[in-house]
Order: sequence, then structure tokens, then C-alpha cells
Amino acid sequence: MSRANILRYLKQALVASLWLSFLTLPIMVIRVDTVEQTVTWRWMHLAYMAGGSFVLALIWYIMMERRDLSQAKRELETVERDSALMRFLSDPRFARPLMAFGLLVAVAFPWFFSLYQTNILISALIYVVLGLGLNITVGLAGLLDLGYVAFYAVGAYTYALLNHHFHLGFWAVLPLGAVMGAFFGILLGFPVLRLRGDYLAIVTLGFGQIVRLVLENWGSFSYGPSGISNIDRPGLFGISYSVEQATTYMYYIMVVLVLLTIFVTARLKDSRIGRAWLALREDEIACQAMGIDNTRAKLMAFSLGATLAALMGVVFAAKTTFINPASFTFMESAMILAIVVLGGMGSVLGVILGAFLLMLLPEYLRAFSEYRMLIFGATMVLVMVFRPEGLVRAKRKVYKINVEAAG
Amino acid sequence: MEYFLQLFFGGLSRGSVYALIALGYTMVYGIIELINFAHGEIYMIGAFMGLIVAGLLTSLGWPALSVLAIALVISVLYSAAYGYTVEKIAYKPLRNAPRLAPLISAIGMSILLQNYIMLAQTPDFLPFPRLIPELAFMERFSNYLGTSDMFIIVTSFVVMVALTLFIKFTRMGKAMRATAQNRKMAMLVGVNVDQVISVTFIIGSSLAAVGGVLIGAHVGQINFAIGFLAGIKAFTAAVLGGIGSIPGAMLGGLVLGWAESFATGYISSDYEDVFAFLLLVVILIFRPAGLLGKQRAQKV
Amino acid sequence: MAQEMTNQNAAQAVQPVLSVRNVGMNFGGLRALSEVNLDVLPGEVVALIGPNGAGKTTFFNCITGIYTPSEGEVTAYPKNGKPKRINGMRTNLVCELGMARTFQNIRLFPSMTALENVMIGRHCRTKTGILGAVLRGPGTRREEQEVVDKSFEMLTKVGLEKLANEYSRNLPYGAQRRLEIARALATEPFLLLLDEPAAGMNPQETEELKQMVIRIREEFKVSVLLIEHDMKMVMSLSDRIYVMEYGRIISTGTPKEVSEDPQVIRAYLGEDSDA
Ligand SMILES: Nc1ncnc2c1ncn2[C@@H]1O[C@H](COP(=O)(O)OP(=O)(O)OP(=O)(O)O)[C@@H](O)[C@H]1O
Ligand SMILES: [Mg+2]
Repeated sequence: MSRANILRYLKQALVASLWLSFLTLPIMVIRVDTVEQTVTWRWMHLAYMAGGSFVLALIWYIMMERRDLSQAKRELETVERDSALMRFLSDPRFARPLMAFGLLVAVAFPWFFSLYQTNILISALIYVVLGLGLNITVGLAGLLDLGYVAFYAVGAYTYALLNHHFHLGFWAVLPLGAVMGAFFGILLGFPVLRLRGDYLAIVTLGFGQIVRLVLENWGSFSYGPSGISNIDRPGLFGISYSVEQATTYMYYIMVVLVLLTIFVTARLKDSRIGRAWLALREDEIACQAMGIDNTRAKLMAFSLGATLAALMGVVFAAKTTFINPASFTFMESAMILAIVVLGGMGSVLGVILGAFLLMLLPEYLRAFSEYRMLIFGATMVLVMVFRPEGLVRAKRKVYKINVEAAG
Repeated sequence: MEYFLQLFFGGLSRGSVYALIALGYTMVYGIIELINFAHGEIYMIGAFMGLIVAGLLTSLGWPALSVLAIALVISVLYSAAYGYTVEKIAYKPLRNAPRLAPLISAIGMSILLQNYIMLAQTPDFLPFPRLIPELAFMERFSNYLGTSDMFIIVTSFVVMVALTLFIKFTRMGKAMRATAQNRKMAMLVGVNVDQVISVTFIIGSSLAAVGGVLIGAHVGQINFAIGFLAGIKAFTAAVLGGIGSIPGAMLGGLVLGWAESFATGYISSDYEDVFAFLLLVVILIFRPAGLLGKQRAQKV
Repeated sequence: MAQEMTNQNAAQAVQPVLSVRNVGMNFGGLRALSEVNLDVLPGEVVALIGPNGAGKTTFFNCITGIYTPSEGEVTAYPKNGKPKRINGMRTNLVCELGMARTFQNIRLFPSMTALENVMIGRHCRTKTGILGAVLRGPGTRREEQEVVDKSFEMLTKVGLEKLANEYSRNLPYGAQRRLEIARALATEPFLLLLDEPAAGMNPQETEELKQMVIRIREEFKVSVLLIEHDMKMVMSLSDRIYVMEYGRIISTGTPKEVSEDPQVIRAYLGEDSDA
């Protein structure tokens, strides 16, 4: 990097930071209390803002230039190249032992870590499955579903209500919840799936809100904002157990469900169905003109995502033993979307990484937890601008050609 | 009758604010085909700027109406600057990206702005000073039309007339219409498209800020989350009138305002927001081109 | 007049694969097509030509279900099946029936490889469902391998076997056009609809394309309906030509007949030319 370049970056960053400081000045510095008629001035905030935005702007401009360069290069290059890390990860010689090790750690985790840690990990695993489910809808089929959390709510309320009224157990409701999810996915999906991408996003957002508002207002059905408590934990052949054991049990259930989900999504991704989804994402009209039933393909992706969400809803209700509509806000949907976007739309490994990063970092870096949603929002913008493929670019299967048969 | 009039004017003032915000959605969509998800947040920031300026000035003992005027002006300037900056950061780098990319970026921006206000100000509701005085001559209407309602209706009307004139008669207005019809052609005939997009964001944000300050003064309290719901409702209004159409957004705002007002007044107020969302869903599914718009076949 | 008689006689003698009767299409006030009659006989290469904006692409869209014609009848005659009225039928069903198309403004799946693009064409001829895909039993695996092999074979037919694993967006222009043809062929059509396949190609590429179309017709026993502006190619390749202007068929016949029709000459050279 030449000196002239560095100077230019510094100048640009200085201008940007001055502008942002000016922009944020009133809101960061002034705090008015209109009842007491007092005004608090917090000038330190301005200093933080100026310094912080200078550094960020500097990074922004440097990355922007690199992005434009690499975009120009990519247009010339004919073969897409993976990063060294990706090649390492996808080499079976390393991938197999790595996977085995990961599994070992997962299995041994509750023996070495506290109840608190295990609980956090269960939450993270729930988000792994939610992320993988949304990944089918958004990442593979390209249908932006902003009301995803509604299906999570369907699962949770299915279990909570059936348990509350009829004392049905976790294992009985788990498949039922999945069916309810699929059913609602098809029910909501059918009318909306012929809409264009951005309208689809808004309609699903609307549906998500309606579901939450109905849960909040229809007290006689859903017990309103106060929710449902004392939901049973998963049963284990009628054996009674302590809270700690329950957590460990829940943890293993989640590990199994995560593995199952990974298996299912990975298989689907590389199948006839997965290819149809990708084609759908790339060009709907060409896709249909090549004989793919768009509606069917979309419904499958939509309801499969919904099924996984509902499944997790049942687990969530059993884990927390208490649910109310506040757990199913738009922000929850946005959070899951952020996981998929950060991890890499369409990439199974990416979404898993994304879920762990976004769910565990704020837990362990307490200083961050307040800024959690702020960071989620910023992540979505930055990933879209600088790395739209996410942390891990979706890996495409390489097909072996049977030359003899092809003759 | 009085009850009807009360609902009518309530819906009118509510609808005028929806229309003000809807204009921002519709203008941006008309030009870059993006649902500017962060637009509701610009409205919310407008309300906060109004609150801060009003709080400062009232603590200095200024009279209410002049405080309102200054709060409006500063809030408009600041929100315009926010809108402009948001476009530069979150949308401009994605001009050539796949369609969902700017939408996701917009959602991220919306979350970012909400939390920025929450952290920098407060998560709680803040009381907004009473900037709109009770005018004496409004006394006889007071049963169904309050002064602040009247203020909102008149101000919105004036602003919308000004916007219409701007779009119709100025050079920039023409450039905006040209860009909305066909961006490539506009570029070929020498329209500076980047500039047009910036101006569109600036105007849209200014209108939203007017709405934000008026609603703050009318309702009497604001918090960081008010932009989300208002944004979605305004977007509903924009779709209702046919997205991309400026008169459509105004009409859509009013229709939605009245629909909400009468539905909550005559049916039930529990489901106030559900009505808006239902309307949104139904319109998008059955008449995505809006009430007035014609369904057009996509060119292949 | 006499020519028309012979054509109609021919059409009645052999059952066509596609017959279009009095098709019209309106976009709001714009009449893009009116009273279009057209037949394609088995094994024929039929060209549809006409000035820009004549309505040729719109015609393709009308017979492949992308638009629903405002009036008229479109009937397809699949190889061993009942004749089927296809106006307004869903696009994917038209393709499944055996009419596959390419697009004037290339519509490949840009971030899929050439091979995967063709594999999409096999979708409607295979049937693995969600359960099959997850379990991946021997049947599924066999079908999968078949899809790969068949698709690669199609790539070979259009001379793209070396580029099978390249992303389609990185292919040169001419190769993209041929890839679209391979993708359409993979659906096992009885009628191939090509919308300006030679657009943007140099004379040599165009010649190769012509030879390719001839080979494909022979080998797959497929009829071809072709929109093309390159007159040299149209004249030497097609059995019959339809000329369209302002949404109407103004002339039809063999290449020779059409090229001598004063109406056609006027349409192509403009009113002033005969002055
Ligand atoms: N979806 C649509 N909505 C409105 N008008 C349309 C639509 N599709 C096509 N048209 C109009 O129909 C007319 C015929 O267009 P078409 O694309 O079929 O012409 P063409 O013969 O394929 O021309 P070219 O040789 O340039 O490809 C044009 O005037 C076009 O603008
Ligand atoms: Mg055409």
C-alpha cells in the first residue's frame, strides 16, 4: 500500500467520522427529560463515536477497495477458488477426524461442564436447527421468510396446549408438532408462494405478526400475554429425574435432533429436489420452463423449513417449561435470518458456525450482550456488502461422470 | 353521527401520517425496486430528534408553537441526513447484487438503527412535550376533531401538495419520474441516477420525519420501537395504493387510516394491529398491484 | 393462393406436432399478436422470422404457457399420446408434455455448473422425492447416476463436454447459447423452440450451430421451431418459413417462396424501397 493510498484512506475516514459524529451528536449526547425539564449532556459519547467511527470508516474504505478489486478479478477468472481453510475442511483426510472429534466433544460435554453451560449449549443447538430449517427456505430455495418464528410458535403452542389440557407427553407431541408445522407451512405457503421475492418477504412478515397478535389477544385459547407454564419436561419411560438430569437428557435429545437435521438437509441439498431449489433461486421463469413445478418446489421448501421450526418449538416449550408470545417476535425471526446470512446462505456448515457464533459469543462476552441485536443488524449489512456468500461458501457436490455410459 | 365524525377525523389524521411515511416507501420502490425496510426507523429517529429539540427549547422556556416549528425543521434536516447516509452505506454498494441482498441489508439496517436509539437513549417510553396548543376557535369541533388532529391533517396536506408540485414541475422531479420509468434510459439521456436516488431518500426521509414529530406531539410518548409497526402499516398503505405511485400512497394512507379507525371503533379495539396486517396480507395476495394499479405480465 | 392450398393439404395429410389457430394476444391496449396460424410437422425445421418487435418472442411465450393467449387455440400432439390443448397450460406442464425452449436473453442458472444446468432439464423425467432423497436407496442412486450420465451426454452433443464443471456464468456467449439447447434437449422434447440461437455469434459459430441443429434433428427425431434474424442460416436450415409483422403472419412457404414474396420484401426493406 503506497503512502498516497494511506493518506487518501485517512482523509476519507476522517470525513466519514466527522459526518457520522455530526449525525449522531444529538442522539448520543443529549438526553432530555421533558417531565422534570432537565437536559443531560454526555459529551464523552461524542468522543467514543468520533474515534470509533474513524476506525470503522478506515476499515470500511480499505475493504471496499479490496471488494471492488476482487469483483473485477472474479469476472475474469473462470474457476471459482476456495479459500485454504475450505480446502482443508473439505479434504476427507482432515474432515473425518475433525467430525469425529467434534462428535466426541458434543457427547462428553455435559460431563465436563456445568449445568449452566449445558443449558446455553442447548439453546445454541436449537438455533442450529432453526437456522438449518430457515436455510432450506431462504438459502436453498431463495424464499425470504420473515415470519419463520410463527412456525416455531406453532410447535411450542401445540405442545404447551396439548400438555396443559390433555397431559400429552413430549414424545407423543414431537411428531405431532412436526405435522402441525408442515400443515401450517402448506396452509400459509399456498396462497403466498406465487408472489415475487420481496412481496413474499413482507407477506410472511405479516403472517408472523398475525400469529403473535392472535396468541396475545385470544386469551381463552392461548392464555394471552401471560402464557402457559408448568409444561412437562420430556418423559423417560416414566422414570422421574432431577432438574440436572433433565437438562442432560434434553441436551442429548438436541444433539440427536441436530445430527438428524444435518443429515437430512445435507442429503436434500445434493439431491434432485435440492437442485430444483437452487434453480428456483436463480431464475424462476427458466426453472419452470424446464419442467419444474415451481409451486410444488416452493411448498416443499417452505413447509420443510416450517416443520423443523415447529419441531424446535416443541423442544423449546419442553426445555423452558414456560412459553408466552413474547418469545416469538419479529426480532426472533431476524435473529435466525442473521444466523443464516452470516453463516452463508445454502451452506450447512456455515449455518452451524453462524448459529454458534451469534448465540454463544454474546453469552460468553457479557460486555457484548447488550449490543447483541445491534451487532446482529450490523452483521447483516456488512455480510451483504462484503461477503454475500457468508462465512462458508455453499459447497456444491462434484458429480462423477460415468464416461462409458455417456459414451 | 358525532361518533362517526370522530372516527372519520381520527382516521383522517392517522391516515395522513401513514401517507407521509408511505410516500418514502413508494418513491424508493419506484426508483430502485427496494422495500426500504429501515424507513420506519427514519420516522422513529425523526420523532426522537423532535423530542430532543423540543425538550431543549422548552427547558429554555420557549413558546410551544415556535418550538414545534423549529423541532420540525431540525428533525427534517437530521432525518434527511440519516436517510441519505443509510442509502450510501447499506444500499448503494449493492446496486448490482441479487434482489434479496439489499432487502436483507435493509432489515439489518433497521435492526441496527432501532438498537442504536435504544442504547443511546432509553428502552422506555419517553413523554413527548405538548407542542400543539388547544386553539380557541377549535372549541366547537372538540367533540370529534381535536386541535392536534387538525394540525396533522393540515400539515400533511400542505407537505403533500408541495411534494406533488415538486415532482411535477422541477427538473429534479422530472429526472425522478424518468428514472422510475426506466433507469437505463434515464442514464442514457444524461440523468445522474445516483443523485436522483440520493434525493429520493432525502425527500422520503424528510416526509417521514414530519410524520414522526407530529405523531410524537399528538400521542404524547415515543420509544425506539415505534418505527417498526408504523413502517409496516405505511408500507401496507403504499401497496394499497399501488407501490411506485405517489398519489396511490396518499390514497392508500387515507384508506388504511379510515379502515383502522372504523374497524377499531365499530368492531373491536383488541385486534387493532391485526386489521392492518390482515389488510396487508390480503392485498398482497389478491391485488399486489394495488387498488388502482393494473396487473401487468412480466416481460420475458 | 395456390401455395396456401398445397400447404394446407400437406398439413392435413400428416398430423402436425403443433398446431396454432387464430391466436391473439393483447397487452393492455397493445395488440401484440392477432390471428396467428401456424403448424409444425414431425421432423420439420420451421422458422419464424420478422422485424424487431414483430411479436415472435411473444408468440413463444404464448405457446409455452408463460402468457395465456387472449384468444385462439394451441394444440400439441405428443408422440404417443392424445392431442392436448395447451393455451394457458402451466409452463412446466408444457415442458413435461415435450415442448422445450431456449430464451432470447439467455436464462441459464448462473451459479450452477454447465452440467448442473443440464441436470435441471432431467428433473421432469425423474421422480426422486423428499423421502427418496434423504434415504438415498439404490433406486435413487441409480436414477442420480443416470441423470448425470444423460446430462453429460447432452453436453457432448452440443460440444461442451470439456466445460461441464464450469459455472455457466463464466462460459463464453456462444457456449451459453448451446448450453441452453442442451438443457432443453435433456427434457426429451418432441418440439424444440429456439429463440434467436445465433444471436451474437460470429459466422463460423453460426455455421457450427446450424450443423448442430441438423444433427440434433436427425438423432433425436425432434421438430424445431426457430426464431432467427440470420437470414443465411434461416434460408439454408428451414423447411418452411413463417414471416411475422406487427403480430400477424404476412407470408408463409418454403424459403424460396418466402424470399420472393413482395410483401416480405416490403416488410424487410420498408415502404420506400419499391419507389
Ligand atoms: N409483457 C409485456 N407487456 C407489454 N408489452 C409486451 C410484453 N411483452 C412483449 N410486449 C410487446 O409486444 C411486442 C412484441 O414483442 P416481442 O418481444 O414478441 O418481439 P420480437 O418479435 O421477439 O422482437 P425481437 O426480434 O426484437 O426479439 C413489442 O412491442 C413488445 O414491447
Ligand atoms: Mg424476441
